[in-house]
Amino acid sequence: MVFISSGYNPEKPMENRITDIGPHKYDEYFPPVIKKNLGKWLYHEILEPGVLMHVAENGDKVYTVRVGGTRTMSITHIRELCDIADQYCGGYLRWTTRNNVEFMVTNEAAMKKLRDELDSRKFEGGSYKFPVGGTGAGISNMVHTQGWVHCHTPATDASGPVKCVMDAIFDDFKNMRMPAPVRIALACCINMCGAVHCSDIGLVGIHRKPPMIDHQWADQLCEIPLAVAACPTAAVRPIKVEYNGEKVNSIAVKQERCMYCGNCYTMCPALPISDGEGDGIAIMVGGKVSNRISMPKFSKVVVGYIPNEPPRWPTLTNTVKHIVEVYAANARKYERLGDWAERIGWESFFKLTGLEFTHHLIDDFRDPAYYTWRQSTQFKF
Amino acid sequence: MAKHATPQLDQLESGPWPSFVSDIKQEAAMRAKNPKGLDYQIPQDCPDDLLGVLELSYAEKETHWKHGGIVGVFGYGGGVIGRYCDQPEQFSGVAHFHTMRVAQPSGKYYNTKFLRDLCDIWDLRGSGLTNMHGSTGDIVLLGTQTHQLEEIFFELTHNMHVDLGGSGSNLRTPEACLGQSRCEYACYNTQDMCYQLTQDYQDELHRPAFPYKFKFKFDGCPNGCVCAMARSDFAVVGTWKDDIKIDQDKVKAYVGGAIRPNAGAHAGRDWGKFDIQAEMIDRCPSRCMKWDGAKLSIKTADCVRCMHCINTMPQALRIGDERGASILVGAKAPVVDGAQMGSLLMPFISCEAPYDDVKEVIEKIWDWWMEEGKNRERVGETMKRLSFQKLLEVTKIPATACHVKEPRSNPYIFFKEEEVPGGWQRDLVAYRKRHQR
Ligand code: HEM
Ligand code: SF4
Ligand code: SF4
Ligand code: SF4
Ligand code: SF4
Repeated sequence: MVFISSGYNPEKPMENRITDIGPHKYDEYFPPVIKKNLGKWLYHEILEPGVLMHVAENGDKVYTVRVGGTRTMSITHIRELCDIADQYCGGYLRWTTRNNVEFMVTNEAAMKKLRDELDSRKFEGGSYKFPVGGTGAGISNMVHTQGWVHCHTPATDASGPVKCVMDAIFDDFKNMRMPAPVRIALACCINMCGAVHCSDIGLVGIHRKPPMIDHQWADQLCEIPLAVAACPTAAVRPIKVEYNGEKVNSIAVKQERCMYCGNCYTMCPALPISDGEGDGIAIMVGGKVSNRISMPKFSKVVVGYIPNEPPRWPTLTNTVKHIVEVYAANARKYERLGDWAERIGWESFFKLTGLEFTHHLIDDFRDPAYYTWRQSTQFKF
Repeated sequence: MAKHATPQLDQLESGPWPSFVSDIKQEAAMRAKNPKGLDYQIPQDCPDDLLGVLELSYAEKETHWKHGGIVGVFGYGGGVIGRYCDQPEQFSGVAHFHTMRVAQPSGKYYNTKFLRDLCDIWDLRGSGLTNMHGSTGDIVLLGTQTHQLEEIFFELTHNMHVDLGGSGSNLRTPEACLGQSRCEYACYNTQDMCYQLTQDYQDELHRPAFPYKFKFKFDGCPNGCVCAMARSDFAVVGTWKDDIKIDQDKVKAYVGGAIRPNAGAHAGRDWGKFDIQAEMIDRCPSRCMKWDGAKLSIKTADCVRCMHCINTMPQALRIGDERGASILVGAKAPVVDGAQMGSLLMPFISCEAPYDDVKEVIEKIWDWWMEEGKNRERVGETMKRLSFQKLLEVTKIPATACHVKEPRSNPYIFFKEEEVPGGWQRDLVAYRKRHQR
């Protein structure tokens, strides 16, 4: 491999340097019909799963075909998306917040050709490349984080479990039979890069063992006071220990106080926390961000722990599928998962879903815990 | 021929949902073939090695990425995240595998030229793998080596005129819903405010000076498509003040069944005939709508602008004309101190470019948070520790009943000394004259 210079000169790093120019302006890449009708859209309709039609004040129409995408995406795949956009959409396309990709055209016939084209393409391994769907009262693409593909703190993988869950609920990506939209998200650790705490169903990687302590390296790898300060439960303290006959500065963890959040590890690499047997996934349900009808709310933990079961994650996927089905069978039209659970009461939620309520589901973290205990004699047997 | 056997990952190629394993494999095959005859600047087989190390994680159920590693481009504190594999001998192609964040255009519209140019850079100088997009919103280029960072930055800025995004304790790449570009619900131009503030705060974005990360997000209406009020420290959520506009003929068309309710979102099941009373009037959270069989009326003073009726009849009902946004502050995920939802700080701002009123609030919050915030404390946690009143005080926003769901139920009220007649300095001798010991 021969080094190819871009023109950058390491001897004079400031020469011709361009900084702080930010992103491109958003309207540079608007398809013409979008540019023309900015702020002048009148209404929209979902013509079929994955296909939207927006109508402007002057009668202009734009048809959007939405396809599911993997978040981890190769440039070969992106170039294929570009080929399709060049062929059908004048070279424009966009991504959604939930990692879907949208193609826009201005007439119905073009939309149908585009839709069929997208739905026809498959990977060599057999899966769809660009499945059309993800609209309305269905289940859209999952937002998720990095997992074992690229992060240092995960308690579980991200892309793998997401692939398996989406396989299990694929029909509902392509259909709109749910009472209301169902949003699913996965975060591979409680850092929750992906706003899991407000999804209808949130899958969160959790550790179950306190960190190990690498006395040999603690003093060299860490700012010990930072690790001490990082712990939300004050489980970490500085100590001096004998290591190889020498007194070294290190760290002690009061294990019964630890809730395995990994904050200390983030501050100090000498406190590794991941563990093949200990780690796994918690399932949270009932969160939402929309202000529609009821207020936004956090998801609640309904399954405290599911072991990591690569490669197909059967317990996880079956449980998610089961929750979705019980919700679909019981909730009212427009009722989000969390609103349904609150209306029938969480006792009924556990009864209907058959999920086991255990002491792990009672909050015990600081003040917020108190607000979740029942202070009433109104409850259901 | 694949470099590593991946029996577990291979099972993720079956099933209908797009397989990231198939995709990485196709990239590995493409790089092996090298149809353009590129002189790859990082190992050609890095996608193979990424699959290899992931397979190892699938076997051991533990990650193989090391913690940390400070790398970046000259003069920037954010935009690059150092990443090293903890099995570099086995997987030399990904021994160093840094992430670069690239600023995305707000609303995430692209043309193919931009994307192809980006792919070309990443073909030559990176792994050929990306995240489209990261959780914060930016384009994430996944995996390159240290000596390529400046080269990539040079090409991005000189040839593509685009910058890196944020990472670390700074302003993170702001994100907006597509807003007015394609949504009739948008109460302001989310993309424009996002773009403008991103440009104005480039320094904060690239040079960490904050206690911890800070995120702006912009939703055009209370439907919240980019989840601003759940996952940003500073959420701007569109709303309006006056009447919802009603087209009575169209209302009748919905009632009569000529138009599908909710824009057709429930088409996958037979929910029966649309029942305006049950589905709309009775579900209005503030019970402020009435349908007398011929006319729909809304008592605007009681409406909390939840969007339900508008979502249900997008052709008949429309957001009001006096538009702007509410600002909510302090949302965050659990780390460190538990999850928080954004709390309403400004009930209404008008959202006119250049958005000076918004910036004024932002800057006051920053000044306070940089002064008072502890290391790794999000502004939501600082608010919780030092009180919402403190936030009102530093932003000079008068307290209103909008700020609370309910008034406090404990009377442990902190008064300022100047709020109490006579102050706090008292005369014990005089007191003792009135009260014996
Ligand atoms: C000078 C008069 C008073 C003093 C010095 C006083 C002091 C206290 C103290 C020290 C406590 C215990 C706090 C704790 O457990 O942390 C307490 C609790 C309480 N006080 Fe008072 N108190 C006074 C008058 C009153 C009056 C007049 C009422 C109501 C009519 C009252 C209602 C209560 C209640 C309801 C509690 C229990 C709170 C709980 O269980 O959490 N107090 N008081
Ligand atoms: S959620 Fe946690 S493990 Fe996953 S990418 Fe974010 S920090 Fe890493
Ligand atoms: S994992 Fe979290 S709770 Fe446990 S010691 Fe570390 S910082 Fe404290
Ligand atoms: S948040 Fe509101 S304005 Fe923005 S895209 Fe969603 S529905 Fe439209
Ligand atoms: S927006 Fe919500 S609160 Fe207002 S009238 Fe409609 S349903 Fe009722």
